[in-house]
Amino acid sequence: MGMVAAEQQFHVLAVDDSLIDRKLIERLFRTSACQVTTVDSGSKALEFLGFQENDHNHPNPPCVSPHNHQEVEINLIITDYCMPGMTGYDLLKKIKESSSFRNIPVVIMSSENVPSRINRCLEEGAEEFFLKPVRLSDVNKLKPHMMKTKCKSFHEPEKIVTKENQESPEIEKVPSEQSQPQPKTELDTEQIQQIQQSQGNNNKRKSIEEGLSPERTRPRYSSLTTV
Amino acid sequence: MEVGQLQRSFIEYMSSLFNEGFLDAQFSQLQQLQDESNPDFVVEVVSLFFEDSERLLNDLTMALDQPNVDFKQVDAHVHQLKGSSSSVGAQRVKNCCVPFRSVCEEKNTEACLRCLQQIKQEYLLVKNKLQTLFELEQQIVAAGGAIPMMQ
Repeated sequence: MGMVAAEQQFHVLAVDDSLIDRKLIERLFRTSACQVTTVDSGSKALEFLGFQENDHNHPNPPCVSPHNHQEVEINLIITDYCMPGMTGYDLLKKIKESSSFRNIPVVIMSSENVPSRINRCLEEGAEEFFLKPVRLSDVNKLKPHMMKTKCKSFHEPEKIVTKENQESPEIEKVPSEQSQPQPKTELDTEQIQQIQQSQGNNNKRKSIEEGLSPERTRPRYSSLTTV
Repeated sequence: MEVGQLQRSFIEYMSSLFNEGFLDAQFSQLQQLQDESNPDFVVEVVSLFFEDSERLLNDLTMALDQPNVDFKQVDAHVHQLKGSSSSVGAQRVKNCCVPFRSVCEEKNTEACLRCLQQIKQEYLLVKNKLQTLFELEQQIVAAGGAIPMMQ
């Protein structure tokens, strides 16, 4: 754990109303050398991010946004779906509607295997949908998503290079996934993950394209220049 | 008892808990997440599970004792219990939650009460088993041995 250099460490924001599950998620990501912040509700997650409600009403934010830039760099948000008050889906929507935060990958977890719910989350831009309890093998799959957030920071002026870097692994993955069987009513975990991956990829590609438009990425850069 | 013997009985006991379905692979995950930096992780999480379950079983008992049962609330409690039991790998408790939720949907108070009785019984069983397991661990550590890794 201690071998990873500080600048390579990913910071994960974990959102779950269950204390047991917060403990579990925290440990899972710590074991994977990530820094973890846990909160027990969606509204606390937004508070931690420094989210302003009116954010998405400004399609062209000024170059240096005084209020609504990402104060702490978060490389991944992992949230429970079923929570009192704001659900994980509500949180996902708020994040993806926000010009400042939409580039943060969001992963939804749920103990219930409801295909329509899974699809809804993936359509809204979630990177993955995990069935609970989350395993180390699930967490290991998230590294590439977190890497993307770091890549963007490093290759900021060369957007095309970044795009190629991000897209190439997906193109390789697509053919194998298209041959996967379509889900029936009873889905096991593996099948669910296959659907997630194939659908997640479509969404990923969409989100990458969106990420390329300058006005949407600017807040992130402006926060970087202050370093 | 000497360390080797304690370690053997630990392995035997652990295996019986898996074989009899009290615990599932999720419990092994918890054990994998425990290391020198977090030596009490399993005990901590399982203690939270005990607290959570006892609170929920109490709430369920009260909710089903009302003249007009709020089945939505009952279902919410069972949902939480299912979540925490599956997070620690208390498989038999978790398995009781599925039929519980379906009789709850049918608004069948009698069947709900039977499910509650069964889930209480399973909870007490697994709690007992886990406590015995932790005591065995402590004995091994006290005798200067290492906890055997199950694989």
